[in-house]
Amino acid sequence: MISRMITAIEALGSFFTQRIDRLGLAARFAIALLAVLWMSIRRASLIIRELYFSGVRSLLIIAVSGLFVGMVLAVQGYEVLQRYGSAESLGVIVALSLVRELGPVVTALLFAGRASSAVTAEIGLMRATEQLAAMDMMAVDPLSRVIAPRFLAAILSMPLLAAIFSSAGIFGAWIIGVKLIGIDDGAFWSQMQASVDVRIDVLGGLLKSVVFGIAVGLISVFEGYFAAPTAEGIASATTRTVVTSSLAVLLLDLVLTVMMFRGLS
Amino acid sequence: MNRSKFDFTVGLFVAIGLLAMVFMALKVGNLASFDGGTGYALDAHFDNIGGLKVRAPVKSAGVVVGRVEAVRLDSETYEAVVRLRIDPNYHFSKDTIGSILTSGLLGEQYVGLEPGGDPVYLANGDRLGKTQSAMILEKLISQFLFSKAAETPAKVP
Repeated sequence: MISRMITAIEALGSFFTQRIDRLGLAARFAIALLAVLWMSIRRASLIIRELYFSGVRSLLIIAVSGLFVGMVLAVQGYEVLQRYGSAESLGVIVALSLVRELGPVVTALLFAGRASSAVTAEIGLMRATEQLAAMDMMAVDPLSRVIAPRFLAAILSMPLLAAIFSSAGIFGAWIIGVKLIGIDDGAFWSQMQASVDVRIDVLGGLLKSVVFGIAVGLISVFEGYFAAPTAEGIASATTRTVVTSSLAVLLLDLVLTVMMFRGLS
Repeated sequence: MNRSKFDFTVGLFVAIGLLAMVFMALKVGNLASFDGGTGYALDAHFDNIGGLKVRAPVKSAGVVVGRVEAVRLDSETYEAVVRLRIDPNYHFSKDTIGSILTSGLLGEQYVGLEPGGDPVYLANGDRLGKTQSAMILEKLISQFLFSKAAETPAKVP
């Protein structure tokens, strides 16, 4: 009985020490990555290649998702707003929710599923087939040659994708609201412009997406770099990337939202 | 896929992304309009400002001419002091009346400026001579009820 209790406590302890261990490993990895970041920035061709695979290839899913999210927001928002006779405020509701929250967050979640998982699998397979070790042998630093460009590509493409998502969403809401339901076109845009603040809402949203890009990019390369070099290891690393990225994005969103919008009565 | 194709598609992607950002700044938000950064300041004292908030618009004849920069309470007179930041392109006469109005029944509150005929213009830091406080719905309702009660004496059954 007592021995079983001790085993249970041990299991609990090892659960936490493993998590903390991994967090420390991630922090040391991030510092090592920061040290080679400057070297990697000057090799633009590598970053462009990763921007293609992470950013350009995610463009379609981001734009189409944004369009649909905007359309759904328009339908649901209109349903509530017309009860109070203020259907013209539809543009405000859609634009604020997209620019402040849904644009950055949904883009980061989609990016984690679409691009980051692929990055983790790719780096994990490089580790498993000892390509990273081979680079080390040839005095090529895998951190600056393989890891840093993928990390930078995530940071660069996230705000661009978030802006595209929000714009597509507002366009979708315009199609539903103005073209199909028949809200006045001028009121739709002018009320939106009167309520959306460029500094607080638009720049705040873009800042959020940059932070999400850092988090998602770091998690994806970290999980790939330290993946167990087996088929199973790569599979679980890919899953962990998506799960951890999603949780990190949602948690960071809460923290950033409280920090940004708390002062604004 | 060769190098130039990468460059082309990535360039296109960045261009579309930047275009979306410009769209959000200009069409969704309103970067072009007066944002309260520059311009001259006017003070207006009100008995009650209702739900007026910082960054609320200042309008004259319905046109946005400035923003509310700060709201504080004067500890001597217990009046609300509202600092308005006015677009330097617009000038208002000395006897301008400031009032707190509501757009629509439940809309946001804003400061309305109604210019008079004085040839001298208000300058930076000046105080508006005449103001009209916000309409408080509860006060209006109670006034209505009291006047109604005064009209018809209570029936004694």
